[in-house]
Amino acid sequence: MRLYADSAKCSGCNACRVACSLNLFGETNPKKAALIIEPHFPEPGVYEVKVCTQCGECAQVCPVECIKQDDRGVYYVVQEDCIMCEACVPVCPEGVMFMDASLVPDTAWECDLCGDCVEVCGTSALRIAEKETA
Amino acid sequence: MNGYGGSILRVNLSTGTITREPTSLELARDFIGGRGFGIYFLTKEVPVHADPLGPENKLIISNGPLSGMLAPGGGKCDWTCKSPLTGGYADASMGGHFTAEMKYAGLDSIILEGQSSKPVYLFIENAKAELRDASSLWGKGAIDTEVELKQMHGEPYQVAAIGPGGENQVLYACINHDYGRQAGRGGVGAVMGSKKLKAIVLHGTNSVPVADPEAYRKAGMALYKACKAADNLADWTRYGTTIVVSWCDEVGALPTRNFSAGSFEGGKTLYGPVMREQIVITDKGCFGCPCPCGKYSNMKRYGTRVEGPEYETIGMLGSDVGLSDIQDVAQANLLCDDLGIDSISAGGCISWAMEAYEKGVLTKEDTDGLDLRFGNVEAVFTAIKKIAAREGKLGALLSEGSKRAAIKVGKGTQDYAIQIKGMEQSAYAIHNATAMLISYMTCDVGAHHNRAWAITYDLQVGRDKVVPEKVARVIWLQHFRPMFDVLGGCRLQWVELGIDRDLYVPLLEAITGIKRTWEDLEKTGERIWNLTRLYWMREIDGFGRSWDQPSPRFYTEAPISGATAGQITRLEDVQKLLDMYYEQRGWDAEGHPTSSTLEKLDLLEFAI
Repeated sequence: MRLYADSAKCSGCNACRVACSLNLFGETNPKKAALIIEPHFPEPGVYEVKVCTQCGECAQVCPVECIKQDDRGVYYVVQEDCIMCEACVPVCPEGVMFMDASLVPDTAWECDLCGDCVEVCGTSALRIAEKETA
Repeated sequence: MNGYGGSILRVNLSTGTITREPTSLELARDFIGGRGFGIYFLTKEVPVHADPLGPENKLIISNGPLSGMLAPGGGKCDWTCKSPLTGGYADASMGGHFTAEMKYAGLDSIILEGQSSKPVYLFIENAKAELRDASSLWGKGAIDTEVELKQMHGEPYQVAAIGPGGENQVLYACINHDYGRQAGRGGVGAVMGSKKLKAIVLHGTNSVPVADPEAYRKAGMALYKACKAADNLADWTRYGTTIVVSWCDEVGALPTRNFSAGSFEGGKTLYGPVMREQIVITDKGCFGCPCPCGKYSNMKRYGTRVEGPEYETIGMLGSDVGLSDIQDVAQANLLCDDLGIDSISAGGCISWAMEAYEKGVLTKEDTDGLDLRFGNVEAVFTAIKKIAAREGKLGALLSEGSKRAAIKVGKGTQDYAIQIKGMEQSAYAIHNATAMLISYMTCDVGAHHNRAWAITYDLQVGRDKVVPEKVARVIWLQHFRPMFDVLGGCRLQWVELGIDRDLYVPLLEAITGIKRTWEDLEKTGERIWNLTRLYWMREIDGFGRSWDQPSPRFYTEAPISGATAGQITRLEDVQKLLDMYYEQRGWDAEGHPTSSTLEKLDLLEFAI
């Protein structure tokens, strides 16, 4: 399973990112979200949404193996084991593996597929579905 | 402080001094935020009879407890000042992402004081705040300014900027943000321009504390769930505020050729579905909004893009100036946004001038050679540019607003300057619509619709009825609807999706830790309404009943065509409505709150 985003439907409201930060950290702070909305205005006038595709690249490079898969096969960070080495961040093809010690001092973070972002998205730009195979 | 940024940023543009002070618990308890904070600081801190464009006036920017939270529509920002357009109270509500960012930077209000001697912009990043040189930005459009500042600081930084209209202190200059959201009305942009503050750049990374995290999440999710389940979600999101263009045209509420009628023969090409199909490319939402009314449009004919036009601009720069092509209206919208003037007042001033021109009162000598007939699109574009630049005779005349312009020109033109208290009426024609009429007459910034949008109620109970129930409805709306401007949220989830307002009660309590029922909130709304009234009385000698009168058009001239052809409200009924309104509010015959009313509302300390 993974999260899918249809950027053409996104209105850039960021409700998903608030819900995400609440789930991951129990805090209201979209800067701590695990998905990205990039506005491209005034030209061409579109939003670009970037989400975790569950590719697992992050887990492969983690030297302490703190990025694990739950029983759905979804990757998540075992926060107390993270050593903040940042190896996972540059390998993420979507740019949605995060580490910022000024915001979160003790762990990297990523989408854990809780689904709250889907719940609050009014334009149905987000959905969770089985991974499509090539 | 749960639900709040926790501090007030005070920026003195004269001295360059910037200080932070904690937000007072008593202030949060009694005035909650947003518009409540605005009128409090305006009343307490701006000297009586301050020059609105002088250093003593203050521009007070405030969010509220819903701003930036898990709350549908928590993206509204309130800008309060003494209005240069009306001389009285003004507040303008701006959507977008600025208000949430303010809170993440730890701020509940930014108070701008004094005047800089050179162009500056205010840079805020969490605890850091400084004034920086803006010489290279001065003279640029609001859109280019935002582009440059984002290039300089980064996309996540939120920007609010004025255009040349604000720099030139056009009395209805606006403030722009997020390429299409405005603090539009009352001349807030002129006040910012008078302080030589070109822009504010803002970034915050703090989390917002809440009183009860579990209950907060539950109540927030429940509100989103209700919004997503609403029957009207798909249609509203598809068309936004343009959903009402066709309805207004059909019932005679679409302002047409300076409000001489309420139906427009060219209206159909301005309807929401036409616009959606022809020019809209993206839905553009304010912070946290599940039902984005913002529409981003591509005008192929002009090679330009704009957020909008929304209903008000379609009314005021479409039918009211006689334009029927949605691309033309959208281009006029873009000019107003980029040059930084309120599209509602701009439309009102231009349509007034067009009527005066067609009647021969204004000639080409007065219009700098412009053939200012209704429907002349090039004349509309040129007039907007002249207004923003205060250029030529026409620009000088119209940049002061239609009330002043009509006084200057005379010759009966005051009878068709469609304004109240000096503010051009927004885009609802009120021929024989008595609830909307009294709403406009008594709105606390001038003729604006957002406090009490009562025109559907007119149709529901009979548009010509002059009954206490209508007045009571308007008064209730005046307390309830602006409460969203106090809370830092948006009313449209309630108005358009029909969300149960009681869903906000547990959310607000979980955020702030303070239990408030809607009855409590409406009481605060009534206190604020009376405070804004006292502010007008304080600032304008002789303020009273004569300031609450509508344009004579609505009681002297019935439209000759359209849905309201032949319909009029008699002057005696206008006065009867006002009598009922004052009585129900506990105000005297001049519209002044009585001492017992002020005592009841615990406002005696503010009595004039």
